[in-house]
Amino acid sequence: MAEVVHETEHRHEAPRGFIRRYIFSLDHKVIGIQYWFLALFSVFVGLTLSIFIRIHLVWPQAHIPLLDKLSPTGAPHGQITPEYYLALLTLHGTIMVFFVLTTAPQGGFGNFALPIQIGAEDMAFPRLNMLSFWTTFVGLVVIMLTFFVGDGPPISGWTAYPPLSAVGGASGPGQAVGQNLWIISIAIFCVASMLGALNFIATTLDLRARGMSLMRLPLTCWAWFITAILSLLSFAVLLAAGALLLLDRVGGTSFFIPGGLIVSDKIINHTGGSPLLWQHLFWFFGHPEVYIAILPGMGATSHIVSTFARKPIFGYKAMVGAMGAIGFLGFMVWGHHMFISGMSPYSAFAFSVLTMAIAVPSAIKTFNWLGTILGGKLRFPTPMLFALGFVSLFVTGGLSGIFLGQPAIDLFFHDTYFVLAHFHLIMGVAAIFGIFAGTYFWFPKMFGRMLNETLGKIHFWITFVGVYAIFMPMHFLGLVGHPRRYSEMSGFEFLKPLIGLHEFISLGAFITGAVQLVFLFNVFWSIFKGAKAPANPWEATTLEWTVSSPPPHDNFAGKHPVVHHGPYEFGVPGAEKDFIMQDSPEKVTAGN
Amino acid sequence: MCALGYDHMGTTTLTKPETPIRIDRGGPSGGGFGGDGFGGAEFGEARPWRVPDRAYRTAMWMGLTSIVMLFAAFTSALVVRKGLSDDWVSFAIPRILWLNTAVLLASSGSLEIARRALAKRIGSSFTGWLYATTALGVLFLIGQWTAWRELAFHGVYLASNPSSSFFYLLTAAHGLHLSGGIIALLYLVFRSRAITSGLQRRTAVDVAAIYWHFMGGLWIYTFFLLMTRF
Repeated sequence: MAEVVHETEHRHEAPRGFIRRYIFSLDHKVIGIQYWFLALFSVFVGLTLSIFIRIHLVWPQAHIPLLDKLSPTGAPHGQITPEYYLALLTLHGTIMVFFVLTTAPQGGFGNFALPIQIGAEDMAFPRLNMLSFWTTFVGLVVIMLTFFVGDGPPISGWTAYPPLSAVGGASGPGQAVGQNLWIISIAIFCVASMLGALNFIATTLDLRARGMSLMRLPLTCWAWFITAILSLLSFAVLLAAGALLLLDRVGGTSFFIPGGLIVSDKIINHTGGSPLLWQHLFWFFGHPEVYIAILPGMGATSHIVSTFARKPIFGYKAMVGAMGAIGFLGFMVWGHHMFISGMSPYSAFAFSVLTMAIAVPSAIKTFNWLGTILGGKLRFPTPMLFALGFVSLFVTGGLSGIFLGQPAIDLFFHDTYFVLAHFHLIMGVAAIFGIFAGTYFWFPKMFGRMLNETLGKIHFWITFVGVYAIFMPMHFLGLVGHPRRYSEMSGFEFLKPLIGLHEFISLGAFITGAVQLVFLFNVFWSIFKGAKAPANPWEATTLEWTVSSPPPHDNFAGKHPVVHHGPYEFGVPGAEKDFIMQDSPEKVTAGN
Repeated sequence: MCALGYDHMGTTTLTKPETPIRIDRGGPSGGGFGGDGFGGAEFGEARPWRVPDRAYRTAMWMGLTSIVMLFAAFTSALVVRKGLSDDWVSFAIPRILWLNTAVLLASSGSLEIARRALAKRIGSSFTGWLYATTALGVLFLIGQWTAWRELAFHGVYLASNPSSSFFYLLTAAHGLHLSGGIIALLYLVFRSRAITSGLQRRTAVDVAAIYWHFMGGLWIYTFFLLMTRF
């Protein structure tokens, strides 16, 4: 006879007030959705900036409506000045890298799904989690302020190389208040990321449900765990670099500013600083940052590809090892961003070999994805399309990395559109496809509604073709030596023949940008009007699909799940269905 | 209706299986490390949610790791900045730093005495030594401030030379982190009655002690760096 247990002592109750429930929430699911919305806002800001950039590149005389209201000096009569073009570049890169690519995959999906996937009721430290989000929010507010204060955003790019970023207002518009705000924003973001990272690590290590051994973790959880380690180690270094840069700017120190520098006919009163020191510190953060952006996408892709191929992931342990190897090697290759800095050829050789070594775990992952697809009973809902798109873009973007990882070739390609094409494909668009894959996959669990599949597929195909149309031609621009950051081509004879290609790229950008509005419509329409989501619409195996959509406040309605199976037990011979949930007491196993 | 909301789960009714399910750690398709985050709960058993003590320790060690990276970055910046330029001017480190070091080491000792008192459930002794630790921490910060004043008196400011820049930077960064430790100690003082009476877990004391001792170790490292590199 089953006995009924009444639970009256339940500390983890849902808050009742609107503010505590949706604004200053301690619930990891709400915080994950808050991060996701923050990234959604940020990505449309970043996208709009890139549209302005593309308009200006092909029609430098164009008058963009309302832009003069935003910056009367940067865009008089809506016409973008070369300096304001650089300001737009700076904020496009900063917002996309920090507030989209770092925020959505880890802060968004990681927060939402990790505790449920490991069988916990929440993150280990909910208050710290809330603090991490709101600190990130403050960082976003500060960076957005640069549009409205002083003479606009800084012009030193998202890498903020000194001396330009260090010598103050004399070096250009935005280099006074704007640059200070940029540093403060990034410092705030660093603190938020580190707080979030230690929460992720403690949660993964110490809050797993019974039976959820490390080798039963979904690959998404492994990806978030390794990403958290990278964040913890790398953002501290960026914070240190930011502190030094701010002191150079406001404290009169000379960490990065060399002596004898003349800016706008004025001798800068600093001595002996090293701009290269910033580059070392920045790229010690900057290269792991690439993996912070893309590892969660790899995790989501592995998860989604296995689910919709109805096959166990090919080489689970190899996938875990490959992510670990990518994370580890990621800390030893920062010098490949600085091949032209005059470094010793021996150092360059070492950095080059280590960079090439990353191709090994990357190839392991790629072949394992392909191995998972091979012979699978494939289903192609939108999340699967975006996951396959991720694989495609990861391969395409990764291959150009092999070119750039060789010092002799990088000497030519450095600071050309070839680099732009490379990092946009691998770090930007591939990671964004990971975010889209995650969005279409977890949206039913996040909001309790299904996204419209037809709109999703329209969104995927136009975006997929569009991003290739935008970024493949940039390789050719790089091949002919087209430098980055030039606001106009008209003054350079060797660039004039490339204007047609630029027009093609801009057209691709406008169409790809426009179709994101279809995605936006799909999201908001589906939140309110979408079909109700069942608990497990994808017939997936992990714990988040064992509970209702959306899940109860405490995830498992007061129960503590017990895990009996690995995360990817699809097509198991002798099983009742073609998948076995992780908490199913069914005895058959895939034996993987 | 908008589906953003989550169900209110204040009181739940659960069905307990007749025969509890035995779970083998790792299991046939798992393996590796045991994952018993909530250890002891069987399927369907409902009980209050509780974060295990070790999660606090894990988080603290992770936090300390990020502090290590911060100081590693400062150190490498110091080594590079000093090595690349010819404008580095050494200056005499204020002697009061020796005294400050002794004060900080003493504070670690007093915190350990407080923890032993807590283990023996001597509440008054625990609180007293906690006060002593906090006071020694504040005394250390005053000592550091005095060192800054001494340097300023001799015309050595933040921007005077890269050596002085690093001196102020490192001592300020350490002092800032130590201030966080003092806030943690004040919290323990505030909660000392609950801790000694067993109403509050001792984890806060253990975790704060890890942090405080680490601050001592970090200062020894920083002081060593100042003594050898300046």
